[in-house]
Amino acid sequence: MRYLPLSDADRTAMLARIGVTDIDALFADIPADKLLKAPVDLPRRKGELEVERQLGRLAAKNVSASSVPFFVGAGAYKHHVPATVDHLIQRSEFLTSYTPYQPEIAQGTLQYLFEFQTQVALLTGMEVANASMYDGSTGTGEAVLMAHRVTKRRKAVLSGGLHPHYAEVVRTLSHMAGDTVVTAPASPLADEDLIARIDGETSCVVVQNPDVFGNIRDLRPIAAAAQAKGALLIAVFTEAVSLGLIESPGAMGADIVVGEGQSIGNALNFGGPYVGLFAAKQKYVRQMPGRLCGETVDAEGQRGFVLTLSTREQHIRRDKATSNICTNSGLCCLAFTIHMTLLGEAGLKRLARINHANAVKLADALAGVKGVSVLNKAFFNEFTLRVPGKAADVVEKLAGKGVLGGVPYSRLAPEAGLDDLILVASTEVNSDDDRAAFVAALKEVL
Amino acid sequence: MLNNQGRPTAAGEATGTAHPTFTGNQALQVEEALLFEIGRADCTGVDLDEPAPFSPRLGGLERKAPIGLVGLSEPETMRHFVRLSQKNYGIDTGLFPLGSCTMKHNPRLNEKMARLPGFSDIHPLQPQSTVQGALELIDQLAHWLMVLTGTSAVAMSPKAGAHGELAGMMAIKAAIDAKGEGAVRNVVLVPESAHGTNPATAALIGFVVKPVPARADGTVHVDDVTALLGPDVAAIMLTNPNTCGIFEPQIVEIAKAMHEAGAYFYCDGANFNAIVGKARPGDLGIDAMHINLHKTFSTPHGGGGPGAGPVVLSDRLARFAPLPFIRKDGSHYALVETPDQAGDVQAFGRVTAFHGQMGMYVRALSYMLSHGSDGMKQASEDAVLNANYIRAGLQDLMSLPFPDHPSMHEALFDDSWLKDTGVTTLDFAKAMIDEGYHPMTMYFPLVVHGAMLIEPTESESRASLDLFIMTLRDLAMRAKRGETERFSAAPYHAPRRRLDETRAARNPILRWTPPQPIQQAAE
Repeated sequence: MRYLPLSDADRTAMLARIGVTDIDALFADIPADKLLKAPVDLPRRKGELEVERQLGRLAAKNVSASSVPFFVGAGAYKHHVPATVDHLIQRSEFLTSYTPYQPEIAQGTLQYLFEFQTQVALLTGMEVANASMYDGSTGTGEAVLMAHRVTKRRKAVLSGGLHPHYAEVVRTLSHMAGDTVVTAPASPLADEDLIARIDGETSCVVVQNPDVFGNIRDLRPIAAAAQAKGALLIAVFTEAVSLGLIESPGAMGADIVVGEGQSIGNALNFGGPYVGLFAAKQKYVRQMPGRLCGETVDAEGQRGFVLTLSTREQHIRRDKATSNICTNSGLCCLAFTIHMTLLGEAGLKRLARINHANAVKLADALAGVKGVSVLNKAFFNEFTLRVPGKAADVVEKLAGKGVLGGVPYSRLAPEAGLDDLILVASTEVNSDDDRAAFVAALKEVL
Repeated sequence: MLNNQGRPTAAGEATGTAHPTFTGNQALQVEEALLFEIGRADCTGVDLDEPAPFSPRLGGLERKAPIGLVGLSEPETMRHFVRLSQKNYGIDTGLFPLGSCTMKHNPRLNEKMARLPGFSDIHPLQPQSTVQGALELIDQLAHWLMVLTGTSAVAMSPKAGAHGELAGMMAIKAAIDAKGEGAVRNVVLVPESAHGTNPATAALIGFVVKPVPARADGTVHVDDVTALLGPDVAAIMLTNPNTCGIFEPQIVEIAKAMHEAGAYFYCDGANFNAIVGKARPGDLGIDAMHINLHKTFSTPHGGGGPGAGPVVLSDRLARFAPLPFIRKDGSHYALVETPDQAGDVQAFGRVTAFHGQMGMYVRALSYMLSHGSDGMKQASEDAVLNANYIRAGLQDLMSLPFPDHPSMHEALFDDSWLKDTGVTTLDFAKAMIDEGYHPMTMYFPLVVHGAMLIEPTESESRASLDLFIMTLRDLAMRAKRGETERFSAAPYHAPRRRLDETRAARNPILRWTPPQPIQQAAE
């Protein structure tokens, strides 16, 4: 077997050195009747070529985003990732390293984590950021728990514009922990009255911006109202590129900011792995979940980096830890950091303007199709289309025409009764031809 | 000695430290400034055209102030991150015996497969008719996991080991609630040797954690578990093989005792790599067990993630799986994403957006197909053989806290052999760095003083193990001879000397900030 260096002669000699004659002597603690006598009922080993062919056949059954006019978003976005990013993250020293518990031989990981934390703090307009969560949705669940610890209250208020999957993750965690969640009804027009739902028991208000329908929200009145009642504002985003163009959540008063970082540096990957971004005000840092990288010096006074404030974490604090998270999204952070380094401030802002421009063009083009309307007044690179009939059917028919034209909102939240809405995203990858194909296909299927 | 061009062929006597360089660099070891010290606000390494003029529709919420980000051109970016990479130790650098973490070879075939556009470039919410191959792959991986563990269900979506623990414990809580015992059964038993994630997970969803003692031989005895059982006990969380590297001999009896008491058995599967193809946890009586695809099935650790933590479930828990899951209907694969589609499954909710770590699934299945049932059994045997070979090579010099059981995939030593040497486990670990090794796991498990947990994995050749053993023997003898300076200030040869972690925690600097202008002396 190509991955196993030992020969049978090695094995025999090593068993002799250990002082046993049979490998199963080392498995003697397994009850004899539970020790498998033969390999389990699965195929035997395969060479590289055969594995490539078998997996290649499965891959070929899927329609990849780059192969069609593609407008699917709703929490994960198709962006162009420079070749440099994927090359660098595959360097052995990054790819095959572990969590930097031995900092003297992990300064590469630690320095990029410090750079990542700085980039995330700047983007979100917050004072501190951690070294990542699994993704935006689990980060949102953790943010709610953190708000509970900070405020010593146990009720979260969720905006009806929060991605339904995110809301479900929060509700699942809260239900299990015995906490209360109030979820506002879905609000495609962003006209919900969240402020009225905040009371003296509320620990946090969770608002996504742009929201799942694509609307850009002014967080300032919500922040002020929440803070007046002693609650925190948790601002959520699913499209990190939007932060290049829209006012930062920190500047609008957020106490905790959490979001999905997939858009920068990471492929769609059918939903994972992604990278959760998590930032907060400095005064809450000791209540944050996850790893933090900090600056220090070595024995010769040279600057270096280490994981720090570990007394918050499970491996030290056990059942009193701020979270159970251990492994996070290390390599996806690296991809984010490299892509953000390549973009820089100038590149990110331009990328964001291109996304917005493309979405505006697409919205105007689609709004011209008979019976179709765009609901949003303000949006970034995603908007909501109202179509005659069932959105799910329309999207399926569009796929039949070779256009992946968005996400029916009913797929995310069938119980909402909003069966005629399609969430449509447009990024820098869409060309005029893509837009024309979408419009033509939509006219055909309606 | 000179060669025929009159050039010396050997170095002089002086050491490197006697000749500090102008740059601070040492040949291939190049110092690298922070991105924010070398980047520029107006520099970009991506060529994008400004869009044609248009009327923005941002509702007046445009960002007005600069963000503060900086950029680098492409060559500068390459150099920055390549230099950083050269300050890291990876599996491909050398033996990485980090116990409990399973730093085995990461096959590059798996990377290539995960990057096929049909897997990497598909969206989790595109129509299911356009991702049938992806769903089939997940279904195949689920099948392999169930066969290898002897279980009948698996929740695929958890994002890492601790997240799998959370999903498994949520299933247990849901099952208890369904029986109407939620108000009563709120205690979870956890041995003190457990990973910190176990008690943290249980506490996260409101369970009260009670410790289970281990016996002097490093194992949990069924009588000690039974003594703690009562109507208030929801579950036990037990790692098997345990964190001391021992297969729990009474695991079947413990499972039986839990079930008789109306409670559940959560198995921490972090060490499943020792027994793949040798024993099935389902046969042992477990109810839930997460599988770290990034340990047992070789997906890269990537400097701390991403991982993947599918959790297998017994018949008793299968009905309580989280959403989403895949249902096969003839040749069609359907994603069950909402409770109304779930049928008999009383899904307890959702632990993450979308469907889990597809990129890791592809890598893990590529590993499994490559090994096959025969290769995976051999990998487990080699991992166990290698650990015991190291143990045999060191046990006369270093002390074994639990000599009565064979080690599984990792060998555990304590620090009693270092008594009176003035050298600590930490010092010893740092001296290993100078010898070109990543240290073993240190000070874990907590039940052993100054623990050193060595997991070589099946990826090491006999020659590599022999050199490792000789190196550790040499270090051990030096420690015993009183050569403390080699240890107390180690590492000497790493990119950094020992780092001050206390200072980092006392005055946390968690991000770069622009240097403050120097105040005028007159002010």
